[in-house]
Parts: sequence; structure tokens; C-alpha cells
Amino acid sequence: MAAQTRQAAIVGGNRIPFARSNSAYSRASNQDMLTATLDGLVARFGLQDQQVGEVVAGAVLKHSRDFNLTRESVLGSRLSAATPAYDVQQACGTGLEAAILVANKIALGQIESGIAGGVDTTSDAPLAVNEDLRRVLISLNSAKTLPQRLKALAGIRPGQLVPEIPRNAEPRTGLAMGDHAAITAKEWEIGREEQDELTVRSHHNLAAAYDRGFFDDLVTPYLGLSRDQNLRPDSSLEKLAKLKPVFGQGEGATMTAANSTPLTDGASAVLLASDEWAAEHGLPVLAHLVDAQTAAVDYVHGGEGLLMAPAYAMPVMLARNGLTLQDFDFYEIHEAFASTVLSTMKAWEDPAFCKEKLGLDAPLGSIDRAKLNVNGSSLAAGHPFAATGGRIVASLAKQLHEAGPGKRGLISICAAGGQGVVAILES
Amino acid sequence: MSDWYREFANSGLGTTITKNLGLPRPAVLRRYEPGQPLLPGPVVVGSAGEGRLRKIATGLLEDAGVTVVSPVAADGGSDGEKFGAVVLDATGLTGPADLASAHDFLSPAIKRLRASGRVVVLADPPAEATSPAQAAARQALDGLVRSIGKELLNGSTANLVYVPFGAEGSLGSPLRFFLSGRSAYVDGQVVTLSASELPGGEEHDRPLAGKVAVVTGAARGIGAAIARVMARDGAHVVAVDVPAAGQSLAEVANEINGTAFQLDITSDDAPTRLVEHLRERHGGVDVVVHNAGITRDKLLVNMDAARWNSVLAVNLQAQLDITAALLAADGVLKPDARVVCVSSQSGIAGNRGQTNYSASKAGIIGMVRSWAPEFAERGATINAVAPGFIVTEMTAKMPFGTREVGSRINSLQQGGLPVDVAETIAWLSQPGSGGVNGQVVRVCGQSMLGA
Repeated sequence: MAAQTRQAAIVGGNRIPFARSNSAYSRASNQDMLTATLDGLVARFGLQDQQVGEVVAGAVLKHSRDFNLTRESVLGSRLSAATPAYDVQQACGTGLEAAILVANKIALGQIESGIAGGVDTTSDAPLAVNEDLRRVLISLNSAKTLPQRLKALAGIRPGQLVPEIPRNAEPRTGLAMGDHAAITAKEWEIGREEQDELTVRSHHNLAAAYDRGFFDDLVTPYLGLSRDQNLRPDSSLEKLAKLKPVFGQGEGATMTAANSTPLTDGASAVLLASDEWAAEHGLPVLAHLVDAQTAAVDYVHGGEGLLMAPAYAMPVMLARNGLTLQDFDFYEIHEAFASTVLSTMKAWEDPAFCKEKLGLDAPLGSIDRAKLNVNGSSLAAGHPFAATGGRIVASLAKQLHEAGPGKRGLISICAAGGQGVVAILES
Repeated sequence: MSDWYREFANSGLGTTITKNLGLPRPAVLRRYEPGQPLLPGPVVVGSAGEGRLRKIATGLLEDAGVTVVSPVAADGGSDGEKFGAVVLDATGLTGPADLASAHDFLSPAIKRLRASGRVVVLADPPAEATSPAQAAARQALDGLVRSIGKELLNGSTANLVYVPFGAEGSLGSPLRFFLSGRSAYVDGQVVTLSASELPGGEEHDRPLAGKVAVVTGAARGIGAAIARVMARDGAHVVAVDVPAAGQSLAEVANEINGTAFQLDITSDDAPTRLVEHLRERHGGVDVVVHNAGITRDKLLVNMDAARWNSVLAVNLQAQLDITAALLAADGVLKPDARVVCVSSQSGIAGNRGQTNYSASKAGIIGMVRSWAPEFAERGATINAVAPGFIVTEMTAKMPFGTREVGSRINSLQQGGLPVDVAETIAWLSQPGSGGVNGQVVRVCGQSMLGA
């Protein structure tokens, strides 16, 4: 065991452009996309046949056959087949959590390098056999005699042909994530226009980043896509104002298809290492992963919003590092919904919330909007659940590197199940 | 993309039919493979007059494991062994009368040349002659060699190397290239050497071992072939192409254990980004291959500014800007660097509908010649390679007639392959090719266009 820990370096990243559901990647599986993403990373950093310490990745929507998704992707990639791998799953926090896990092992000296990633498809989604039919088939499988088999088969009904379709809904409330976000938006009185403004800025920032070549060494084209399919460079408040709300009810409904992230397919990967490993391989250090924190809230009975957990994780991490919310040069707050970003920031500015819920003497305060999601975020790029963390970590690390040494960046990602993951990067 | 006619002409029935009808008989060319002997048979070395290179050439050939036979044996009847190559040292020429000895040597020797044989003539440059008569004799070799190239059958080639006084030490790499399968589609070419200080101990099978080579336009076609050959010869290849071609670029890079660098070479900051990438990731660069190019064909009278400007920007301006940035960046371009620029037959002969493309490709030749002295001062070289009809995905889309005619009007009666261009570029990139500078080498099978 290492006597001292060290900070893991972020060397770089790779992702494929994110595609809208049932479109460019409709025939690509999670394993296809993750393998292609790993191979793009290998090509960028010359890792052919090399053994990295560990590859950690996951998917939120997963086929049962993909029980060893990451390891199978490694075996299909140009990495050495002797590279160990494991899967993780923390809903939309998967990608960032994977990076934290890899960074922690590097910090402890257990590995010298590692790849963190995530992938999701809502097109090639796992359909399961109807629950009644599944029980019949299990009985049939365990039946030993012909009469027993016939009896089991007699249990089959036409209605059992309807498959189990995965839903973007919380199992404990039955509400879609968007409906949960709409409740929070109403509580925090988040208006339609500020959500649309945030959305337009996300599209414009992402388009500008592509135009200046920012993504040239972060994205590798895939199946004919070279930019995120959801990106609308000409997005405007006027166009967005015409859309009808899709979440929430009645007069106060503000959340539309534009200021909510669409279902998306895609994958991302981040290469992390010790400083020594990076130097030995002639690779750059873009930034270091300084610290991270998770939190969870009781959105079922506790009266807190489903996506508000990052608000709770943040003060814990800031206090541990002796930092204030304003001590950062760039902020990456995952845009699950525009209203989520706005609710979270409003909560940090709110004295009552900060005192009663977070137990702070003073509010965390406000964030300079000019430093927020400067290269676009999920509203424009799309949000293939487990792939978002990798997208953010690699992009923020590069942004910090471009800004020069000693710059700090903050990441905040909300996740299903009332969870949140936050992290600090520093160049 | 296979050459159906060549396959037919080399089949049993096809041989009979093409011979009886006097149709073209394109040969299956001898192409280089690692470990292959330099030549499939012995080489006969002769001289016209008292040459100074015969002994040097003989030594080089013997070092390469080739059996050297003297011209006396060549006269010894028709029962003898067939030759893999014929090498003439013509540095002893004093006037046209001496050319008779060239004829005396070449005529019987070439009669006994094997398939995919090689004729290489070594001479002094006409410009350095001491008399008009000597200059005439030296220049006469140009016409002689080009005509031999047109007379040779069965995939054989003829090339002329001018070796100025003092440049004898530069001969090894060009001589080996013109004899080997690497020059399968290089025919009727004239290369003038210059004096250079060359490193010793080069591995002939992996001449680029330990070198870092940048190849632009590496995602497909000729660029991908260049990347593969460079890697085969030992180089770490930094494969560059536009971001939109990134998927195939990554596949090429992974296939050859290189790295992919997505870059639009026409963007304002492209030279800076490439220079910084090479400095940070590789500590500099040994070989730069400017291969990226586009076509936007239209007759000049119908050509809009966008077509004109985009072709000139990608094919010419980007090469100028990137090369200038590499020269200016301290320590990035290694002292013995090799820069190879892909020109085109269209840049030499012109081509209908390609005023923009031809202008850009001719411009490359001007650029290379202008930069050559500055490169020489550094111990570096800059050369151009001008492909002729090369069989690619692009030519596969041409109409049948145009493609067949285009691919046959050369001495080898067939189109070249991307690997032929790649082999020539890889040769110019070798440390041992330091005596080849400011040259334009056509890879065209001695095309009739622009010759």
C-alpha cells in the first residue's frame, strides 16, 4: 500500500458523436459503440497492444448478454487482451463515477493508468420477455416429465407476447424523470424563458466549440456522424418559444422537448494515468482529478427533488478542499434538463435551503454564467446516460489545459434514483 | 479494382489471343516484400569509357547480396543465365563517339533481361560537362534511357541517375531503389543526385526504424498506403486527416500501430497545432509527407471561385504553410528531415477540367525546387512525387473507356497501385536518400502524358 496518495492525471479522451435515438446508431449495440470509442482512444494515444491498468465503464440500459460489457469491449479493441476491466452502473453518474474509481486506484498506486468510460443506447434497447411468460418458461425448463411440460406450456397466454419495455421512469414513483424535474422546477419557480435561454446557449457554445476545432482531439466520427446529431447551431429563443411543454401540467408547465435532453445513443472514454506514466509515454497531462463526492436524497418520502442530490454533495466537497463555489474558472453542470441546472444553482443561492437542508451558515452563492458549460452540454450534445460523464471530464480537462496551469473546474451530475456526483479538476 | 485485362492477358488463352492480335501485354509487376532479395537474378555491370562509378556500384551491389557479372559474359552467347538488371556506368563519356560503347554493352545485355528486369544508367550531369561535345553525350543518355523504357517488355523499367562529381557517396539508396521491387511502377525517370553526408549502418529491411513520420490525408487511398509502407519500414506514423474522416483514420492508425491526429490542414491554426503536437508527443519529426489533396473538377470557363480556392488551399497553400511552420519551429524538424510532397502527372502534363488541380500540383514542383537549397543546408531534403494513373476508389468510378485508356497509355501498359506511390515516398524518406534533393520523381509507368 502506498504511503502517500497522488492525484490522477487526465491525459485525454475520446467519444463518438452522440446520435438521436433510432437514428444513425440504431443498429449499433452498446458493445459496438464502446469498442469503437476505445479504439479511437487507442489510435489517438498509440495504445495498440498495450495493457492499461484497468478499464472501467458501464451502461444504464443493458442487455442481460452484456453482463461483462466492458471486458468484452476491451477484448474486441486494439488494447492488449491482458487488460482487466469491470462494469459499473450509477445511472447518469456512471461515467463520472467510473473516472473517480480509476483515479482513486491511480491515487493509491494500485494502477498506473486506466480508462474510464460509458455507453448507452436507447435504440438497441433491451426488451425483456413478458414477466408472466418468463415464469412459464422457467417452469418449463425445470419440468422433468412430459405431463409436467405440457402443464407448464398450458400456462402460455397470447397477452404474454407483449414484452417488457424499459421505461425512463423511476420504479418507486412511476413518474418519468421529466415529470420529477417539472415538480422541482415548479418548486423553485424556474421560468420557461430562462430555461430556453440556457438551451440556446448550450447549442451555440457547442457549435462554436466544433467550429474552432475544440473537439478535433476529443471526438472520433462514427457511422457517418462527425458531429452530435442533436446540435442545432441556429437554435434561437424564437424557435424554442413555439414548442409545447412535454413535462408538467397545466399553465405552469415549462419543460419542452428542447429544454429537456432527448433520448440519445453514444459512448465516451477518458484516459487517466499517473504523471509518471504519462511522461514515460510522451503523453500530456491536461488536468488532475482533485476530489469527488456523491450524495443521495430521499425523493420518495423525504420531499426533495429527484435530481437535487448534487446540491447536497457540493458543500461537502468544497469544505473538504477549503474552497468556495466561486473559486472555479469553469463549471460543468450536466444539463439533464435546463430546469435542473437552474434549480440547482438557485438552491445554492438560497439562504433558507443552504441553512435548513445543507446546514450552512451562509448560502454557497451564485455562479458566473459566463463560466458555465462553455463548450455546450447535454441539451445540445445529447445525453446517452452513462456516456455523459466521460464527455464532461475530457472536455473540461482540455478546457482547463488550454486556459493554463492552476485553473480549476467543477463538475456536477445528477442521476436517477435521487443521486448526484460532483468532482473537482485542476490543470 | 483488379486489372481484369492484365489477368486475361496473362492467362493461358489470353496469352495466345493477345500475342496473335498484337494487343498490349501488361505484365504482373515485381513488387517489394520484406525479406525479398534485391534482384531475382544476377546484375551485369558495364561502362562506357573510363567510368568512376563502376567499381562503387559493383561494391554496393555485392554488399546487397547480388551476383555481379562482367559484360564479357554478356557477349558469350544466348545460353547464359538471364539478368535481373543491367547497370551502365556512363561517367567516362567524353563525346558522342563514346556512346557507341554504351550501345555495344546495352544491346546484348538487355536482350537477356528477365521479366520485371531493371536497366539503370549512371552518368554525370550535362550541366557540369567541360565541353559541348561532352554535354551532348551526357544529354543523349536521356533520350536513350527513355527509349529503352518504351522498348522493354514484361514489366521491366529503365531509369537514369545523374551523379555529379563528389556525390558518389549518395549512390547507394537510389541504386538499390531503382533495382528493387520498390520501383515497380517508376519508369523512364531521371534523377540528379547531390553530395550529402549519410549515416552509416542503415537496416535495409527497416530503413525508417525509430523515425517519426507525418502523413497527411492518411485515412484512405494513397495516403493510407503511404502510412502502411512507412510503418512497415519501421516508422511511427502520425496519421493526419480531416476530422470528418476520423473513423477510417483511426482504423488505419490502429492497423499500423501509429497515432491518429484529426486536423483540417487548411485551418488558420493548423500549422501551429501540428507543430505543437509533434513537439509535445514525439519530440519532433523526421519525415513529413504532404499527401492530402482534393479535386473539384470543372472546365475553367465554368469554374467558380469556391472550387478554385478550395483546391489551391488544400493542395498547395497548406503544404507551404505547414512546411514553413516546421522550418521556423526550433528543433521540431530534425536536422536530417525528409519532406516529400505529392504532386501529380496533371501538374506536369495538364489535364482537361483540372486547371485548379493542375495549377496546385505544378506549384508544388516550384515549391520543392525553391526550398531544396535551404533543406540541403540543414542536411535535410525536400522532393516531390508525381503519380500517374493510380488505381484507387476514385479511378474505379471513372467511365470504363476513360479508365481503360488512361491506365494503358504508359510503357507498363497498366495503372499503378497506391503502394507504388508509397514505396517511392518511403524511399525518398530514408536516411540514406540524403543525396536526392529537389527532385521530381514520377510514378507513372513512363506515361505518355507530359513526358
